[in-house]
Amino acid sequence: MENIIDYLKAERSQEWRAELRKSMKAKERTSAKRAEMPEEDPNYRNTNTVEVNKGLTEKQAFAEAKRCLDCPDPTCIQGCPVGINIPKFIKRIDQGNVLEAAKVLKETNGLPAVCGRVCPQEKQCEASCFYTIKMGATPVAIGFLERFAADYERNSGKMAVPEISENNGIKVAVVGSGPAGLAASGDLAKYGYDVTVFEALHEIGGVLKYGIPEFRLPNEVVDVEINNLRKMGVKFVPNFIVGKTASFDDLKEQGFQAFFVGSGAGLPRFMNIPGENYNGIFSSNEYLTRVNLMNAAKEEFDTPVISGKNVAVIGGGNTAMDSVRVAKRLGAERAMIIYRRSEEEMPARVEEVKHAKEEGIEFMNLHNPLEYYADDKGRVKSVKIQKMELGEPDASGRRRPIPIEGSEFIIDVDTVVVSVGVSPNPLIPKSLSQLKVTDWGTIVVDPNTMQSSMPELFAGGDIVRGGATVILAMGDGRKAAAGIHKYLSEKVKA
Amino acid sequence: MSKILEKELFSKNVAKFIIDAPSIAKSRKPGHFVIIRLGEKGERIPLTIAGSDVEKGTITLVVQKVGVTSAKLLSMEAGDEIRDVVGPLGEATHIEKVGTVLCAGGGVGVAPLLPIIEGFKKAGNRVITVLAARTKDLIILEDQVREFSDEVIVMTDDGSSGKKGLVTAGMEEVINREKVDLSVVIGPAIMMKFAALTTKKYNIKTYASLNTIMVDGTGMCGACRITVGGKTKFVCVDGPEFDAHQVDFDQMLTRLGAYKDEELKAYERYMETVQNA
Repeated sequence: MENIIDYLKAERSQEWRAELRKSMKAKERTSAKRAEMPEEDPNYRNTNTVEVNKGLTEKQAFAEAKRCLDCPDPTCIQGCPVGINIPKFIKRIDQGNVLEAAKVLKETNGLPAVCGRVCPQEKQCEASCFYTIKMGATPVAIGFLERFAADYERNSGKMAVPEISENNGIKVAVVGSGPAGLAASGDLAKYGYDVTVFEALHEIGGVLKYGIPEFRLPNEVVDVEINNLRKMGVKFVPNFIVGKTASFDDLKEQGFQAFFVGSGAGLPRFMNIPGENYNGIFSSNEYLTRVNLMNAAKEEFDTPVISGKNVAVIGGGNTAMDSVRVAKRLGAERAMIIYRRSEEEMPARVEEVKHAKEEGIEFMNLHNPLEYYADDKGRVKSVKIQKMELGEPDASGRRRPIPIEGSEFIIDVDTVVVSVGVSPNPLIPKSLSQLKVTDWGTIVVDPNTMQSSMPELFAGGDIVRGGATVILAMGDGRKAAAGIHKYLSEKVKA
Repeated sequence: MSKILEKELFSKNVAKFIIDAPSIAKSRKPGHFVIIRLGEKGERIPLTIAGSDVEKGTITLVVQKVGVTSAKLLSMEAGDEIRDVVGPLGEATHIEKVGTVLCAGGGVGVAPLLPIIEGFKKAGNRVITVLAARTKDLIILEDQVREFSDEVIVMTDDGSSGKKGLVTAGMEEVINREKVDLSVVIGPAIMMKFAALTTKKYNIKTYASLNTIMVDGTGMCGACRITVGGKTKFVCVDGPEFDAHQVDFDQMLTRLGAYKDEELKAYERYMETVQNA
């Protein structure tokens, strides 16, 4: 850790940064207002898949970069799961050298254009910003600036491919091509390993492709990052389920010496209430996969999706917001969130809730479904819901929702999306009987190295956490890559 | 990309395909299925594997025309390529020596049943198989089934081959005659429902292999979920085989019809493009 502090200090004392700091008074910096993200008109965007956030203009970005004080103790970095050198990249923007800023981002983050869009910065770097913790003011828009630098670089046509060490010929397999796997493969390639990523689906990108909708994260943005990994020598094999198509032992026979498992939390939870298996009731995974991955809303694609007029989405997380906003875009007249706690306890990002409201989403907070009813063809037609009130805080620290007896009522719905969380995908643990897993089915790892009970197998992301964010998965992937590097370096020496 | 190496038409709407898929051929066991996607704009559909040749690196699929994707697949020929083939998926059939096994296959359900028949026979069981279809032309793989069965009873609705009657009549004939230790039924949901009701009457443990709607096939989406013994199960990762006496077949039949309207529209659109071409 001391090394990192020394490194950051050395970086900060470089002449160009010292000069920039002197070029403007701190008071002048702090008196400027935080940039506002330009957004697409809600009544236009809720009819199509155009991206909601349009990205900062150059003028906005340069002004915002000036707000950053380049603190001697950059607490923001501690708030970042992948430890981006935040002041350095922002000061590069401040300096007008945006391509260099993008390079700084890529020192520690292979997917800055993705993170700049989907990270909950308000809970991470921006929550730890000097403005937030010391001044009680709105933080520097670190996320907006990250996206700005990454997009600027992508649009410049001068995308830098990170430097990689000479290929050491050691084969490492990455299982799953979501954020954890992509982050791990990028770092492993930098160390010089021969990396192959195995993906069960036909598309590379995992939840970035099947889960997060186009209007929040365009596929093109993800593909550019994946192509960058290809340029670094990472190989991608779609339609390949490790543990099924070939066993871990088969892959070992083919020369793979270590594995990173980032297979995700691909098992949707249901509430197990009566009628939940009627037609027209989906998991959010199914609903989003049909629309995002299979393009079900487009007639020329073969996959169908039911586009209801009265759509209820159960849950209050980001996936619930994504689902309900997709429903609106598919033509729902009434698209509503049914959530058992109040808005304050919602796990979704504040920005997503705000966007959803602007787009005409109804919120039935403090409500919980009890039972579904179907028409004579087995299609859901209504739901019985109950009002809730908040009691004492529970284990999660949030106030516990308590049903109000006698408050039940029925509303008409023709489509329901259940978005109440996911469980770890069972395929990998099932295929490795000696692998240590928790009672919930997550893989047990050393939190520092991400090494599992099988020395050659490392894991991270939702298969370890049970359900978290893109950036935490990426942080795990990076940590695991370092763990694998240490493990293999010692093994080679031995 | 997986190349179609051979195609054999069993009847106008049913064909057998030999597909190049070496890894799957090596890993698959009786009961496993694959998910295929024909092209960039195609949908993902599950198909149970009917056999494989490890040396040649091929798997066998038998497909009946029921919708757009199966119609498109049936129009493909040897040499054509299927964009995505992934598997083997699902849990393999639990094969052991139990005594006498009564297998019942309806329509194209006989194809995935074949490796199970073979498995039970090779495990030392007495295997009796009932093959059932509407009419003679729709009875498939009869010779291959005979190879691994101690006895084969053919049932057709119209009596054009074997005996006239439903699959359940053939099954009861055996059950009334000798002790049956286990039954495996694969076919249309409605056939499996009545086959399960029949064996339940005689308290014979029965497995059914379910062919529900799926998207990813790896447990991710839950499109395939059904109620088994009062609990929701995912056919793709918990199955595809379940205790047939616990399966809610009525719910399964309803869920199979979830996209009936959309499927019909899509099929009409497809037929128009075929006719215009």
